[in-house]
Order: sequence, then structure tokens, then C-alpha cells
Amino acid sequence: MNLTATTRRAMGRLSAAVGAFVLAFGVLALGAPAHADVVNPELPYKVSGNVQNEGIGVNGVLVTVTGGGGFSAEVSSDAEGKWTVGVPERNADYTVTVDESTLPDGIAVVDNPETEFVESNVQTVTVGPGGRVAMNFFIGQGERNTVSMVDQIVQRLISGLNFGLMLALASVGLSLIYGTTGISNFAHAEMVTFGAVVTFGLVGILGDSALPLAIVLAIVLSAGLGWGLDAGLWKPLRKRNTGLVQLMIVSIGLSLAIRYMYQFFIGGGTEQLPGSDAPQIALFGSVKLSVVDMVSMGLSILLIIIFGWWLTYTKIGKATRAISDNPSLAAASGIDVDGVVRVVWVIGSVLAGFSGILWAYFRPGIRWDMGGQILLLIFAATTLGGLGTAYGALIGSIIVGILVEASSLIIPSDLKYVGALVILIGILLFRPQGIFGRKERVG
Amino acid sequence: MDFLGILSSTASFILDPTTMAYALAGLGLAIHFGFAGLLNMGMAGFMALGAYGYAIGILTFGLPWYLAAFVGIGASIVFALILGIPTLRLRGDYLAIVTIAAAEIIRLLLLTAVFTDVTGSADGLTGFNGTGGTVTNPTPGAGGFNDANPIPSGEYGFEPFLDNERTWFIRIVGMLILVGATFAVWRLVNSPWGRVIKGIREDEDAVRSLGKNVFAYKMQALVIGGVLGSLGGLLLALSTNVNSSVYVTSLTFFIWTALLLGGAATVFGPLVGSVIFWTLQAFLGLVFPALAKAGLLPFSGIQAAQIRFIIVGVILVLLVIFRPQGIFGNKKELTFVK
Amino acid sequence: MSSSSQSSTPIKSTGLHVGEIKPGVAKKDPILVADGVRRQFGGLVAVDVAHVEIPRNAITALIGPNGAGKTTFFNLLTGFDTPNEGKWSFNGKSLAGVSAFKVARMGLIRTFQLTKALALLTVMDNMKLGSTEQPGEKLGASLFPFIWKKKDEEIETQAIEILTRFKLDTKKDDFAASLSGGQRKLLEMARALMTKPELVMLDEPMAGVNPALTESLLEHILNLKKEGMTVLFVEHDMHMVRHIADWVIVMAEGRVVAEGAPDEVMKNPAVIDAYLGSHQDTDLGTVTGRITLPKKGKDS
Ligand SMILES: Nc1ncnc2c1ncn2[C@@H]1O[C@H](COP(=O)(O)OP(=O)(O)OP(=O)(O)O)[C@@H](O)[C@H]1O
Ligand SMILES: [Mg+2]
Repeated sequence: MNLTATTRRAMGRLSAAVGAFVLAFGVLALGAPAHADVVNPELPYKVSGNVQNEGIGVNGVLVTVTGGGGFSAEVSSDAEGKWTVGVPERNADYTVTVDESTLPDGIAVVDNPETEFVESNVQTVTVGPGGRVAMNFFIGQGERNTVSMVDQIVQRLISGLNFGLMLALASVGLSLIYGTTGISNFAHAEMVTFGAVVTFGLVGILGDSALPLAIVLAIVLSAGLGWGLDAGLWKPLRKRNTGLVQLMIVSIGLSLAIRYMYQFFIGGGTEQLPGSDAPQIALFGSVKLSVVDMVSMGLSILLIIIFGWWLTYTKIGKATRAISDNPSLAAASGIDVDGVVRVVWVIGSVLAGFSGILWAYFRPGIRWDMGGQILLLIFAATTLGGLGTAYGALIGSIIVGILVEASSLIIPSDLKYVGALVILIGILLFRPQGIFGRKERVG
Repeated sequence: MDFLGILSSTASFILDPTTMAYALAGLGLAIHFGFAGLLNMGMAGFMALGAYGYAIGILTFGLPWYLAAFVGIGASIVFALILGIPTLRLRGDYLAIVTIAAAEIIRLLLLTAVFTDVTGSADGLTGFNGTGGTVTNPTPGAGGFNDANPIPSGEYGFEPFLDNERTWFIRIVGMLILVGATFAVWRLVNSPWGRVIKGIREDEDAVRSLGKNVFAYKMQALVIGGVLGSLGGLLLALSTNVNSSVYVTSLTFFIWTALLLGGAATVFGPLVGSVIFWTLQAFLGLVFPALAKAGLLPFSGIQAAQIRFIIVGVILVLLVIFRPQGIFGNKKELTFVK
Repeated sequence: MSSSSQSSTPIKSTGLHVGEIKPGVAKKDPILVADGVRRQFGGLVAVDVAHVEIPRNAITALIGPNGAGKTTFFNLLTGFDTPNEGKWSFNGKSLAGVSAFKVARMGLIRTFQLTKALALLTVMDNMKLGSTEQPGEKLGASLFPFIWKKKDEEIETQAIEILTRFKLDTKKDDFAASLSGGQRKLLEMARALMTKPELVMLDEPMAGVNPALTESLLEHILNLKKEGMTVLFVEHDMHMVRHIADWVIVMAEGRVVAEGAPDEVMKNPAVIDAYLGSHQDTDLGTVTGRITLPKKGKDS
């Protein structure tokens, strides 16, 4: 067996080649003249258009499409001035806004030369039964409504913070569960979806005005879900001394089963919770937030503070940390590990369920696989902070949230999750114990 | 309810290219997880590379189809190396998260509008198989896989395997790849090389302490399994269009289910497991809607068709808990090390 | 176990050192030399060995209280862990930065305190893995049985020989998972010997092995020495140390605190204080709690 030297060398060369390949791909991606930029291609209906300056397409103009249910997407035009945005619904109105700060200097949206129709940079379009609509902008010398770069960044940061806080609710639970039981719980995604789906179901029964009640009930049911999962599945498996890999695959099976159960009940489409179309309120500059966003951030922060207090000061919270630190030692020192783990499942499930409701507003919309869409981000956040450390997961989530939202200022927005995933991989490679974790004993 | 019809359609899945693709990818996972203990949760990524590499090789690079197949295989090797060089030193569950994330990155890169010219973005790629094109998208064009078909046109076989020459060609090619791969894997795992990777599965430090280059072995296993996965993707591409919506995380999970059904540390397990998985899927996917239509189940046909996925999840849970060695695996060959 | 009633009193190698005996004393013919090896875990200095030499073709015991850093030191020497600083060499070749498997290939084989039997491999496969001569372990060659079949049979014969000595030959087709704890220790040692090492490092080889078998294994270890091998072992059983060790190195709190021939070292007050306890003359077995056999007369 003489793999050593030669293989090493061969691998060295290969990795160099691979590195070059990746680099080339990246450069290609950045430097290539943009192709017709498409955002949300997975959505069924399309709003598309053309930005032209005296008949010539204008590249890199930022277009925002917003619509019912808090839908919002950004796209920039390609070299021919074309852009396309996938939208969730037809027979609905969407507002299309051209960000005039991204137009070439001294140029603004002007009248359509053919129709003499006066146009502004904000337009409303209706996606009809055909599911497609086009909105063309003509630009020329003129006055503009600007969204400054600073405002954009601020808007993104706030949005990222909101997203990150929502992720945090899900990931601290995941992290605690990992810390106390060692399970990489893939079904956490479904615990997130649970909150949203149940709220949706209850609103359907109780009516829109009962939303707060529905949310409270959904959270109570989330607690029940966590309790039930532990009592019915995880605890018996712990008693059987099931291996960690087995537990992980069990969680995958569970995730599949529950996920398709949601699809069974609510179908494959996107549903909205009441209030998801709440109007945006201008805060300063052109920074806007909807009431829902603000309430959502406020509640996240409140919950996280309560959770932090629980973890730091209560007896069970301390016991939880002790178990995460060293399960056998904790058990030996008389902590009721099973009891604590049960509490952890309940709390993890409550936080996840609540984050699911927030996610339903942030996306916006409820889908059977909505939790799955952010599962890897939750993992990324948890890993970033150090698997099994709740405070780390909190920080990790906010970093991931802001990163995802802010990265779409630079990279195409349909690649915004890639950045977070790359970071996830990078962290696992170079600092597997996360920012706050510590190394474990080897051998 | 046309029960015979359902049984016949179900049986046709035994020779379906999708079943063979699952078997190949499952075989790759068996090498990864069953024999070497590598928790690869990104098999869908390897399959996507096999499929897209082939299609892009033809459409973008203008290669003949048999060379294009190697683009996919080559891409999967490169992917395995990129993934393996840094990650094979990681603990098992970390590897799972890294591979799942890497496969997701591949899917997002194939989906993004940035590379539409090459990847077709959300529409995927079509018309790379030559004359007759794909089943769903016939596009004219010479020199493709379909033109290499030596079988004269016509219907062959018997029900439920009565099909045209194109379907038979894919089946035969698929079968050849599958038999070859299974034989090679059987040879490998029953050799001293196989002994070393099984040792690594059990305890890599112990194997390291005996002077084996654990990292190189793991890398070899990762590459071999990855190539098998890409062959699975290739087979899918030979039979139909490629679309990034196929190569999602659930695909990986389904292949895991098929693998665990048959037995992870067995050579024939993935094959048997895939056949069971797909016949069961097909059967349930037909029987529930038929029952619903006949008014025997209280829900819509669409809902009835979803039940099978719920059942897949439940089967996966039950298998891992109660029969981790798979249906045909030897109790002693439990793959899960505590 | 009473060593004094042993049929063959082992011949001790003497005159291993050069100059005055003190921690870190130079050896006539050192096989392994460590210099300033230091390993820190956070604030805890687990190993801080200024200088130590292991004599060739002798049996050296490494003793010290729990947590003294013996296992960590083993890990550092064999490439399973990296020290914060220090140099160490085997046969004059520096081992700094050499990966664990290469260290093993150079002829320095170690076993683990927490046994690492390959549970779902048969005992025979465990043994065969130890061999370093199987060409079929290369990916390309593995596909062609005619390349490796014959060698495999040779290896099997060799394995059976060793297994017989370790009383495991009847278990050869069982999964290692089915072995008892002590049998696993034996298997691990037997497997290590399959590599034909120059230096074997055994981390508590006799923990959990019954006295009768311990005796025969001691014989075996002595035979290894006769065959020209060097043995370094960690052991808390002072009977065994006294019986077969030619040289003893004592570690405490990461440092080498004493060295010397077994009898001399065990009289050293520092060693008695830090490790042995003051009742060592009455019964060392009760000190470690490992030996519960009734005593047959006074130990030497
Ligand atoms: N990976 C690690 N992280 C933190 N501390 C460690 C690690 N490995 C060892 N230690 C610490 O280093 C010290 C030495 O441990 P080591 O295992 O080397 O002791 P030992 O001499 O082998 O003891 P024993 O006789 O009980 O086997 C101990 O205090 C231990 O807690
Ligand atoms: Mg030790």
C-alpha cells in the first residue's frame, strides 16, 4: 500500500485544479453579462418587463415587485434590460417599482414615447388568468425618486435582523435538543411548519379576527407536539440506547412523514395568514417596515429574553446547560436527565412553532415544506454558534439572517442562501466547535 | 377499480430506469454508509452532476453522448474531491450536514437564473438525447443516445413489459451498468480493500493505528460511491429531461430509504430495496387514488396520492428502529455503530 | 498473582542508562526520544515532558496517577494528537507532524486504553487488518483476487498462530462485538502484533484480563523482547510492572518525576507519595484495586 506520497501529491494537484475551476466558475458568474434575470423561478406566475432608454435596454436596474400577502421580490435587469419575477398568485395586483438610483446618472422614468402615457417609477399591474403580465419602463432625462445605497443597506440590515431573530427562535431549540440528546433533528423543520399550519387551520375555523387566539393555541399545541414526540418516540429510543446516526435517520423519516402529512391537509399551494398584507410604514429615508414586521421583531426579542433568563437563572435551565456540557456527569450528579430533556423538547417545539408563524409572515405564505426551506439555514446558524450552545445559536442566527438578506445586494437574490451554506461548510471545516463551542477529547 | 391494471403498472416499475437509477445511487450510498460509514446526505448532488454533466456536455460542449456521460462522471469525481479533501476529517454527523448543504448548493446553482444559458434554470434541459428526443419532449437532432439504439423500431416483450425499442434500449443500458456496478462493488467489498473500509466504519482510529491511510481510503470510497450516484443521475437523464427540481434533498432521503429497506451493508440490498421502494410507491400511488375514486377513502385523489410519501417516512422510521439491518440484511451486519 | 512463584523468572535487562539516574536520564541505545513535549487543554497542562528516552529492546513501564497524562503522552507520540510544542523522534527520525498512520508504518504501534475492537468485523478480519503486507488493500489490486488470495492465506496462518497464543483461536469466526471486555483487550494486542512492530506501546494492556491469562501474556511480552522488540506499557498493576519491566518511568501532573529500575523507583519517596501510597509493601494489588486474589506469601 503506497497511497501516501503519490496520492497526496495527486490530490494536491487535483485540489489546485478544482480550486481554479471553482474560481473560474465564480468569475464567470460575476463577470458574465447578466442573463435575463429571473427571481423566484419556482413560483407559478410571472411578472416581467423591460427597462429601455431610447429603445436600448438598460442593464442592472433594480426593480421591486410587491403584492398581496406581503409578497416582495427584487430583480435587476439584464444586459437587454429584461427582468422576470415569479409571483405566487394570479388574478392579483402587484406593484412594480423601479429604483431610480440604479439608473444611469441623470436619467429617470419618463413617458412612454408611443402612448404618451405619463408614467412614474411606481406602477401597478394585474396578473390576469393567463398568469403572466409585462410591465415596461421607459426612461430618459428627468427627475427621479431615489433610494440611496445607505437606505438600501439599512433596509437589508433590518430585514436581516428580523429574519435572523426568527431563525434564532428555531435554532436555539435545535441547539438545545442537540446539546442534551445528541440528535441532529431534521424534523425540526416540521416543528417550525407546525406552528404556521396550525395557526392557519385555527384561523380557518375561528375566523380572521381570532388570529391572536389562534397563535396562542398554536403555541400550546406546539408544546404538545414537543411533549408528544419526546414521550412517544425519542424517550423510548433513548431507553433502547439507539445510536446517534440511527436517531438522525429516524428524524429524517419523521420529517418526511410529517411534511407530506401537511401537504395532505393543506395541499401543495401557498396560503396566507390574515394581516400578511399589512401596509408598510415609512420609518426614515426610504426605509419601510410593516406593522407585522415590527411586532414580529418585538415578540422575537421578548421571547429570546425570556428564554435566556430561563436558561441562565432557573433550575431546569441550569440543569439543561449542565447536561449539554457533560451528560454522564450531570446524570451522575443527580440531575433528572429525562425530565430535563422532556422540558427541552417542549421549549424547543414552542420556539420552533412560533418561529414558523413568523416565517409565514416573513416569506410570506404558508406551505407544507416551508420549514424545510430554512432547515439548512437553521443548521448553519446552530453550527456557526457551536452545536449545542444556545447562546451561540442566537448569535449564529442573527449573523446568518443578516448575511442572507444583505448578500442579495451583491449576488443574485436566487443565490442568497448559497452564501449561508458556504459559510456553514466553512465553519464545519475550520472551526467545527463553532464560534463559542470548545473542542472535544479525541481518542 | 382496475386492480389488474394497477398490478401491471406496478410491476412495470421493476424494470423502470428510475428504479435502476435508485439502485445505482443506493449502491453508492452502500459504499459510503454501509461499508465505509460515511454519512453522505448529499447523494442528490452527485446524481444531479451525473445528469446535468451529461446534458450540458451535449448541449453546451457539443460532445457525443458517450463522451458527455463522462462529463457527468468527471464532475461527480471533482465534487467528491472538493467535498472530501476538507470534510473527511470531520465527525460523522458533521459530514452529513456538509454533504446535504453541498448538494443544496449544487441544486441552487443549477436553478439560478445566472447560468440559464447552460443549465436552463427552472426549466431544466431537454432535447439532448437525439432523434426522438426525450419521451416528453421530442426534439429532432442526430447523433444522440437514441440514435445509437441498435434495436429496430417496434414493440417488444410481454405485459407489463411490452414497450418500444427506445424504452428497451434504456432498460438494457441501465441493466448493463447496474450489473457491472454491482459486480464491481461485490468484488471490492469482499477484498482486503473492503476489509479496510469496513474497519474504518467501525473505528477509524483503530485502523489508523495499524498503519492504514484512513483518509485515502475514505476518499476512494467517497469517489466510488459518488461515481455510482452520478451513474444513477445519468440513467435518469438518458430516459427523460433533466430538471433541478428532481435533485432535491428528498431524493437523497428516498434513496436512503431504499438502501435501508434492502440492507445498508449488503451488495444486493440497494437493488432489492429500490425495487421494493418503487413498486410500493407505484402501487400505493395507484391504489389509494383508485380507492378514493371508488369512494372507499374519504379524501380527494390528489390527497390519496400523497399518502404514499407519508408512508415512506413512516417506513424509514420503523426500519431504522426495528430492522436496521434491512429486510434481507443479516442481524449481525447491523451497520449502526454506537 | 504472585510473581515470586512464577516458574521462569524473567531476565531483566540492566545497564540501560548512561550516567546518574534522574528523570530524563540518557539511554545507551534509545529507540524513542521526546524533548520538551508539551500539551495543553485550555488552562490544563496535561503533558509537559522535558526529556525522556525509551531504551531499545527492553520493557519499559510508564506509571503514574490517574490523569497524569500517560494516555495523552501516548497520543502525542503516535501522532493521534499534536503537542503545542516539542520534538520527538523514533529511531532517530523526527515524528513531528508525521500523521498517525505513517508513524504506525514506521514500526511504532500502539493500543488504546479504551479498546477499539472493530465490532462488526470477525476476529479473523480484525487480525488480518493488522497485516501490512497485503497488496489487495490497494484499490486497483483488490478487484483481482489472484493478486491477493495467496497472501491472505499466509496472513491467516500467521493470525491463527497469534490467536492461539492469546487463547482466541476458537473465536476466530465470531464478530468482535461478541467478545468480552478482556477478550477485546487481547484481540487488540494480538492485532497490534500482526503488524510486526519494532516498538509496541500498550495502554493498560492487562486491565480486565484474568490473572491466569495475564501470566501467559506476560510470558508473551517477555518473548517479544527476546525477539528483539521494544515494549512500552502503561499499567497500574505494580506486580506486573515489577515482574517484567526493565525500566520504569513515573509521570505525575504531566511531568516525568522519576525513572529507574523497578525496585529502585518504587522505593523513591516522591513516587510513594504521589502514586503508590504508603501501603505498597503490604499489598500493591489493593492499592490499584485490580487484584483481589488472596496473597500467597510476601511479594518481592
Ligand atoms: N481532549 C481533552 N480535552 C481536555 N482535557 C483532556 C483531554 N484529554 C485529556 N485531558 C486531560 O488531561 C489529563 C491527562 O489525561 P490522560 O488521559 O492522559 O491521563 P492518564 O494518565 O492516561 O490517566 P489514567 O491512568 O486514568 O488513564 C486529564 O486531566 C484529562 O482530563
Ligand atoms: Mg490513560
